[in-house]
This record gives sequence, C-alpha cells and structure tokens, in this order.
Amino acid sequence: MELKANIPSGPIDQKWTRHKFEMKLVNPANKRKFSVIIVGSGLAGGSAAASLAELGYNVKVFCFQDSPRRAHSIAAQGGINAAKNYQNDGDSVYRLFYDTVKGGDFRSREANVHRLAEVSLNIIDQCVAQGVPFAREYGGTLSNRSFGGAQVSRTFYARGQTGQQLLLGAYQAMMRQVGLGAVKLYARHEMLELVLVDGRARGIVARDLETGKIESHVADAVILATGGYGRVFFLATYAQGANGTAIWRAYKKGAAFANPCYTQIHPTCIPVSGDHQSKLTLMSESLRNDGRIWVPKKAGDNRQPSQIAEGERDYYLERLYPSFGNLSPRDISSRAAKRMCDEGRGVGPGGRGVYLDFSDAIRRLGEDKIRERYGNLFEMYERITDENPYKVPMRIYPAIHYTMGGLWVDYNLMSTVPGLFVLGEANFSDHGANRLGASALMQGLADGYFVIPYTIGHYFASTKQAKVETSHAAFKDAESMVDTRLKKLLAIAGERSPDSFHRELGKLMWDDCGMGRTEGSLERALQKVPALREEFWQNVRVLGEGENVNQSLEKAGRIADFIELGELLCLDALERRESCGGHFREEFQTPEGEAQRDDENFCHVAAWEHAGEGKKPIRHVEPLEFENVHLQTRSYK
Amino acid sequence: MGGGGTSKPMNLTLHVWRQKNRNTPGKLVTYAAKNISPDMSFLEMLDVVNEELIAKGEEPIAFDHDCREGICGQCGVVVNGNPHGPRKATTTCQLHMRSFSDGDSITIEPWRAAGFPVLKDLVVDRSAFDRIIAFGGFISVATGNAPDGNAIPVPKKNSDLAMDAAQCIGCGACVAACPNGSAMLFVSAKVSHLGLLPQGQPERGDRVLNMVAKMDEEGFGTCTNHAECEAACPKEIRIEFIARMNRDYLKALFCNRP
Repeated sequence: MELKANIPSGPIDQKWTRHKFEMKLVNPANKRKFSVIIVGSGLAGGSAAASLAELGYNVKVFCFQDSPRRAHSIAAQGGINAAKNYQNDGDSVYRLFYDTVKGGDFRSREANVHRLAEVSLNIIDQCVAQGVPFAREYGGTLSNRSFGGAQVSRTFYARGQTGQQLLLGAYQAMMRQVGLGAVKLYARHEMLELVLVDGRARGIVARDLETGKIESHVADAVILATGGYGRVFFLATYAQGANGTAIWRAYKKGAAFANPCYTQIHPTCIPVSGDHQSKLTLMSESLRNDGRIWVPKKAGDNRQPSQIAEGERDYYLERLYPSFGNLSPRDISSRAAKRMCDEGRGVGPGGRGVYLDFSDAIRRLGEDKIRERYGNLFEMYERITDENPYKVPMRIYPAIHYTMGGLWVDYNLMSTVPGLFVLGEANFSDHGANRLGASALMQGLADGYFVIPYTIGHYFASTKQAKVETSHAAFKDAESMVDTRLKKLLAIAGERSPDSFHRELGKLMWDDCGMGRTEGSLERALQKVPALREEFWQNVRVLGEGENVNQSLEKAGRIADFIELGELLCLDALERRESCGGHFREEFQTPEGEAQRDDENFCHVAAWEHAGEGKKPIRHVEPLEFENVHLQTRSYK
Repeated sequence: MGGGGTSKPMNLTLHVWRQKNRNTPGKLVTYAAKNISPDMSFLEMLDVVNEELIAKGEEPIAFDHDCREGICGQCGVVVNGNPHGPRKATTTCQLHMRSFSDGDSITIEPWRAAGFPVLKDLVVDRSAFDRIIAFGGFISVATGNAPDGNAIPVPKKNSDLAMDAAQCIGCGACVAACPNGSAMLFVSAKVSHLGLLPQGQPERGDRVLNMVAKMDEEGFGTCTNHAECEAACPKEIRIEFIARMNRDYLKALFCNRP
C-alpha cells in the first residue's frame, strides 16, 4: 500500500487556489451521467449531498436514523470557528491555520489545515444565506465568542445549539434537492458492506432497518460521512446509534485507518452518576468563557462549595496556564482535571469531578445575562443532576467526545480505495492529535460544501469506469456476506445481551486505553479485547427476527465491529511511543506532567492496512513536514 | 446536594404498547420495573427493563432514541397520556425517574396520529415531516452563492425570535398532543423561522402555501386552537407562530401573484 498524499506544490496560501485550477472539470451537461452514494447525513454528508446535487450529480443519501435531521452533528453546542476577523482583534486565515496546527500538537497535515482556514470564511456566508439564526449584536451584525486554544474571538454561535442550526441549514438545502428529485433519500437504512469492482468503490450493501431487506446500491463513487468511533468506549457524549461500522467495513476492503489512537476527551461533561448510565452529556466549552474551574486546595475536603473560602480554592487552570486560563485546550484541561482528582481533590460522589463556577460571572453580569448566553445548557444540567447551577457550581469531569483518527485520506479526501471519499469526523485529516473547540463543525461543512464538489469532479473527469449493475458478482457476494453474518448473530442464542458486551468493552478501553495509557495497560488490553471478541461470537443473545425492526440485531452488528476497532486502537496506541495531544502515554511526559512528543521518531501519520482475518495489520507511515508552523513544544502558559 | 444517587430505588408497573410491525395490531402488555434509581433517565429505565426481558428470552421493547440529550428529536413516547411525559419542556430522554414515585403505574404508548403510522412497539414513521420540509422548508441558495455574512444586517429581535422558532427538534410531540393530529406547530415554526429573516423573504409566500398544502396531503389535521401542542413541546415553541403562519398564509393567498 502506498500513501500518496497528493499535496499540491507551491506556497501554503496558494496550494488550494492552484489545485482548484489544475483539477479537471466535468462539464455541466455531463454531471447528470454520474452518481454518488453518500452514507451519513450530518454536517459533512448533508452539505455534500446538497452541493453535489446542486451541481447536477445524481445523489443517494443513507442514514440509520428515522430522518437525516437526527445526525449527531445536531448536538454540537458551542459554535463554529471562522477567520472573519469581524472583531478587529488580530485574526486572520493564517492565525486560524497556526492555532489549529499548534492545537493539534503538530500531528496534522499543514496543507489541509490551511485550506480549512481559507474556506472557513465561505462557510459563515453560506450558512447566513441559508437562514441560520446566528447570534447578533444590536446593530444587526454577527456576534462572536471565544473558544479554547485561541486568543481571538472567532467563534460564531446560535445560543447553545449551533450544531442544530447548522445541521438544519444543511438538511434543508439537501431536502430542497430531495424535492427536486436530485437526491434520493434512504432513512432507516444502514450500510453493512462496501462494494469494490476492479479495485474501485462502486457501491454499498445496506439493510432496510424497517423491513430487514438487504439491498445493493451502485454508484460511480462512494462518500462516507459517518462520524467518529468514540462509542468504542461505551460511555461518551456520542449518540446511542453512533457507530464505526461503515468505516470498519471500508477498512476491511482496503481503506487504511489512520491514527486510531487519537481520541479526544472533553474536559466539561456531567460526571457519571451510576451503573445504569447510558451516555455522558457535554456541557459546552463556551461555558469556560464565563465559568471558572476549581477544586479545594486540601485533599478530601468534603464541605459544600459555598463553605470553601476563596483562599482555600485552587483555580488550577488559571494557576498553571495563566495566558489561556480556563480556555486552555481540551487535552490539557482534561488531564489537569484528572491530576487534581488523582491527588484526592476531586469533588462530588466518588471524587471524580471538579467545579465549574459561575458565581463571579453572575455577580459581574447578572443572572439574566448568563441565562441569555447559556440558559439551555443550565436547564439541561439541572434536568440531569437535579442541581441548580445558578446557585451551586456545576460538577464536571472529562469524557470521550471526538475521534481525530479515522480513515486515511489524501488532499482530495479520497481514501486508499479509489473512488471512496471520506468526509468530516470519519476521516483523519485536519485536527492532528487534538481538535480545538468549534473546529468540528467547521471541518464537516468545509469538506461537504467546499472541498468535495471540486475533488470528486476531478476524480470523475480523470477516471474511466465501466458501467456496473447490482447483478454484478461483487454485489451478490457482498449481499451474501451480509446475510450470513446477520443470520449468524441471530443463531448464536447465547447468554449475554449485546449491551453487556458493549459495556464491558467500554470499561476495558477506558481503564487501559483512556486518558492515560502505558505499555503495560495496552498490552493487557490487547489480551482482553480479542478474548471478548471470542466470547461475543459464542455467547451473545440476539432475540427477534431479521425481517422486522430489530434494534438488538442492529446493536450486535455494531458492537462486533467496535470490538475489532478497539483492538486496532490499542495497537496504534502501543506503537506510538510518545505523548501528543489526546494520546497520553504516561511513560512520555515532562517533569510538569505535560505531553512529551518525540518528533524524531513519530512526526508522522500511522495508517493501518488490514492484512486479512487473524493477521496483524500493517503499519504504514506518512511523514509530516512543517514548513510554515515550526515544530515547538506547545505552551499555553 | 441532589444527583448523588442517594435516593431510594423504586418499583414500578409498566403498561407498554407492543406491536410487531406496521400491519399487525398491537396491545398493551404489563411489565414490572424493579430497583429503578431516581437518577436514571426514562430511557435508561427502559434499558434496564429490556435487559431483563432479554435475560428471560423475551424480545426487548423497541423505542426510538439517539442523542439522549434532548436535541435530535428521535425519541418520544406518550407517558400516561402526555407526549414526552409529565415534565414541562423536557424530551423523554431528559425525563428522569425522580419525576415518579415508588409504586406508580406508567402507561407507555407510541405517538398516536394518522400522519405517524406505528412501525413496531413504540417506534413510529415520521417521514411525513421530511416530505413537508422538502416542499418549501428552506431558502434556495446554492453553495457558493452567498454574500458576506455581515452584508445584510438582521435586527437582533428578529434574529432572536427566528431562533425561538428554529429550535424545533421535529420530534412530533405537537402532533401526538393535538386532538386533531395537526402538524401546525411544526410547520409554523419553520415558516416563522425563515419568514422572520431577510434572507427568507423572496420565497415567503410560496413557502407557506406549499408547506401547508403538503401538510394537508400527508393526512395531518387542522388547528382549532386547543394549544395542547404548545403544552407538550419540549422546546417551548409558542402557538403565536401558528398565528404568524396564518397571517402569512392569508397574505400569500391574495398577494402572491406578481
């Protein structure tokens, strides 16, 4: 396998412009001769579907939810970055590029990140034109707030529901194309196999989740925009249905999987309350604009927060990272919270929590102003915890939130399988080892609105493909594989529910491959995960039939893939003998406990190739070069 | 401090709608839910019941859900006659068991409306909502056609009111609550969101006419001002948007020709 990144030559700020000119075009009348399958209907998939259909391509969109508007992009709260510099505070495309490369701990591709910063400007314009009700100033102009890892105010937002409003914008643009007949929508459909003909992606096999019917769909290219794989940890801020099945099926068909060990742990989530817990809920990073994070100075201090005097509190982020304070990046803030709790200074039941306190901001601005900024988040917190955050500080703790790793793609967002493109969180390209807040929405929409419409045309214009029907042997083989696997799951009739395996996998991954990883813990995990896989295939109990809605069957298939993906994640974490961004190997840290990179040996992307069942995957390397933002130790002090 | 898992577990009796598929009639079946922590969400309580059903070899209860943080709009069941249950402005996934008491009987049904056929147990087909959006719930602006984001100032109060309407999560509780099975709250929220913004003006008349026509065609009833929808809406969308839509509709009927 060869990893050809296809990064255009020339100065960083001219690469994309030059590439856009050099790419081949499909003339308007010929576009209707090409068809595209898009799996996933979030920001990346929805925006790609709308844009490609507007250009004239025939598009089919698949999502497992009952409507494309449910995709989990909808849950993003805080905002979307763009280098508009509307605040006149020193922002620029180059600064957004610089912040993102540094925030990613020098493990992303410079050229991709610069393109992202460039098109960020167009995204805001496009969304405003679609009617996204961004927050505004009294004069009618757009309002901004600040996010972690930046010293400028460049985040655009719609109350605490930015992801919802951006997704609805993309969804509505896509539904317009559905109404016009240019997009065909398949909701409640799950992709279970990628189909290759002559080494190129030519379609998928999907299951209709209402009737259980196995269907083949053919196209000239396939786009996966299926999100991240963080539910491998079971407890996460992801949706319950979020899964890694589509990218895992593609991996097994030859798409390299890049940096699976780069998982993001978000510092501000509501702590776990009991064994029944099915998910963790995020409290937006935007809260750190006005909330102050602290723990008691004394270990084991069980007093109510109101009884702990100012002098007895440790505002540890302000103390440790004075320049960025409460807005330090996610990986750094999460690890600091863990350290405080490990020292016995955590708060709340079990001592796994820190305070996020708004009392200063309420005194300074009044409760009404805080309600206007964060009202819906405060209500959500109260519904879950039964505590009033206007009176008592919130308790928060880090939780799995995002995966920077994903399928490897070149500059054109094409995977190592020709004709298979990967967008949004499902790919690996832009965030390196740590994503900055408000950059996921930016990337999803950049890929869908402004990158894929250009690069897919170039692929079509430069590739000759024969016409293929679903009667082709490759489709029949894939259908029969899917059918066999589903029947097998239904026939095992073991003792344990699918969820019990998922919980066990999640606990194991969190304990041995979570916020801190060591050689020993990873080797332990690499023993336990395969054993769990073995047990799963002998002892899972899936009731019901394949011909109706069967949520247990859906879950079981996803969990089977998660178990395998978890193993690759641990293997990648073991092989990356350095700490960077969200990947923290306890053996590699500075005396102050910060991540210690090893640029000499690990300044590269690790991309894994599937070598066949039961064989160790092959690790390939794409070297990273930093010509503009020079390698340095990240400091937020 | 609450939320610490200190309150006592509860035992409950559930009456749950079970239905095999679209074409088979369903019925209420009684189950015991034991040892339920008040800190569980309503859906986590159903998870616990399902785990017990699986252990006994009975097929688990199918219900729709995804984000479990009150924003995706995929969850929603009728709890003791109330869509999304007893708590105001709360989706089923955000409803917690502390809203119930030990010994309670709880009847759990799917949305009941002509526009939302039952697919299985508590799962319904809400694709009619997507089809209504496809008939005009958008601003026609192809990618790349946008002027600068600050080129057209929008008064803050219009933008805020548009956002109030845009918060709709499309869950369908308004339809389930309405004695007429009307989708007026859902449709009016989108009509108002886009109609309040300058970008939405060129298509304002066509949008309301087309969306209302599609809503009628999909088998939803009409509004007779019961306001049950507003009471059930987890995002507190107000019926003033229905009045706004009616104004737009009448205006469009008479003035929509150039």
